[in-house]
Amino acid sequence: MKVLIPDPLRSYTEERREVEADGATLGEVLADLDRRFPGIRFRMIDEQDGIRRHIRIFVNGDQVRALDVRLASADEVFIVQALSGG
Amino acid sequence: MKTNRNKASIPPTAATGAVALLVATRKGAFILKTDKTRRAWKTAGPMFFGHTVHHMVLDPRDRRTLLVAARTGHLGPTVYRSADFGKHWKEAAKPPAFPKAREGEKGRVVDHVFWLTPGHSSEPNAWYAGTSPQGLFRSEDGGDTWAPVSGFNDHPMYSSWTGGEQDGTPDGPKMHSVMVDPGDPRHLYIGMSSGGVFESVDKGADWKPLNAGCRADFRPDPLPEYGHDPHCVRIHPLDRNILYQQNHCGIYRMERSAGKWVRIGENMPKKIGDIGFPIVLHPRDPKTVWVFPMDGTSVWPRTSPDGKPAAYVTRNAGKTWQRQGAGLPASQGWFTVKRQAMSCDAHDPVGLYFGTTGGELWASRNEGAKWSCIARHLPEIYAVEAAEPGR
Repeated sequence: MKVLIPDPLRSYTEERREVEADGATLGEVLADLDRRFPGIRFRMIDEQDGIRRHIRIFVNGDQVRALDVRLASADEVFIVQALSGG
Repeated sequence: MKTNRNKASIPPTAATGAVALLVATRKGAFILKTDKTRRAWKTAGPMFFGHTVHHMVLDPRDRRTLLVAARTGHLGPTVYRSADFGKHWKEAAKPPAFPKAREGEKGRVVDHVFWLTPGHSSEPNAWYAGTSPQGLFRSEDGGDTWAPVSGFNDHPMYSSWTGGEQDGTPDGPKMHSVMVDPGDPRHLYIGMSSGGVFESVDKGADWKPLNAGCRADFRPDPLPEYGHDPHCVRIHPLDRNILYQQNHCGIYRMERSAGKWVRIGENMPKKIGDIGFPIVLHPRDPKTVWVFPMDGTSVWPRTSPDGKPAAYVTRNAGKTWQRQGAGLPASQGWFTVKRQAMSCDAHDPVGLYFGTTGGELWASRNEGAKWSCIARHLPEIYAVEAAEPGR
């Protein structure tokens, strides 16, 4: 499925804004993303599988807050950098 | 603890080569280079522009490997490694992280890697990292993969020693001053801004507090076994029996064989006091130490007392102190120098360096007798490490 990558993470994707990843859940998609672009997952997901404080993830326009959300291959995952001042 | 051989085998010869300053800032990392005369400096960077860089350290075992502790406002913490003194960088494959908690339990999350320390000279690929929240991590492959030191992180006394999540400095409690005894790779020391000084004699498997004699005036019992706030702790590289610390509650010296901190800061001028963040040890003379006092009165401004910045030096292990302010602002100089932001080279005379939260970098090539500003308008400076890179 299509995954949209925010600016701060594009150093992992060779500056590509849009990449592909597979999986039946958000967790699986992010694991596949990390296989394709090593290191990218830990910068947005912490060691307790929490989405980091200033990262937001949307699926088809709706915000998701956990990695066990089920996805279909036509879904679009949109990773966003949330506001972080200073 | 073995105390029969206090002197390390490193010959106490002065360095003669070029010096580099590894400067970690809130917005990236910089390297300032000079030749062996230490008269003119050239600034390179920023590297990792926009990253919060807490520490950049040269591996003294090969003098070309650099490690950097970084994160950004949005992204989680990581470590970068360069094998060619900053020409190329590679991110750690497995940055420091706490273990995943069991179902139903709340796990810890590394917010940032605060401190990096090369391992013992006999362990060429070993590194240690201290984090916030307070955790200790070790790498055995030159900083590529990191594992928790569970002997500390999961110690039954961890919560009691560290005070729990509510305690700590404003941007999180720090594990800092991770030190390896130069005479024994199994003998480790750590400092915690919420907890005190601790040591392990079995490579981190078990730990015990090392705070006897040190005050914690902010606690109901001012002389507790733990719960102190060391700001910076140093072991002497040539005499492993000698430790110094700049604490939230004064300047201390310990002869490890005695096992008790002695407050040498009481010999500082009363109107200056003995509060500060950094402490720097002369690389060859264990009796010579520098500090950079700050205002620890009333609401703790943490700036130079009376707006008149100066280093103070003792050359007799803290019996007497002398002010070293030549070249620094005579008034209206409200410097804050953080705990990792002052260091020295190994030349003779020793070069001293400090960075301010206002982005100025100051140097002295005569052991603090005269200071000059070698860079300004940098971002907020978190750490300054003087290094002698290999050719």
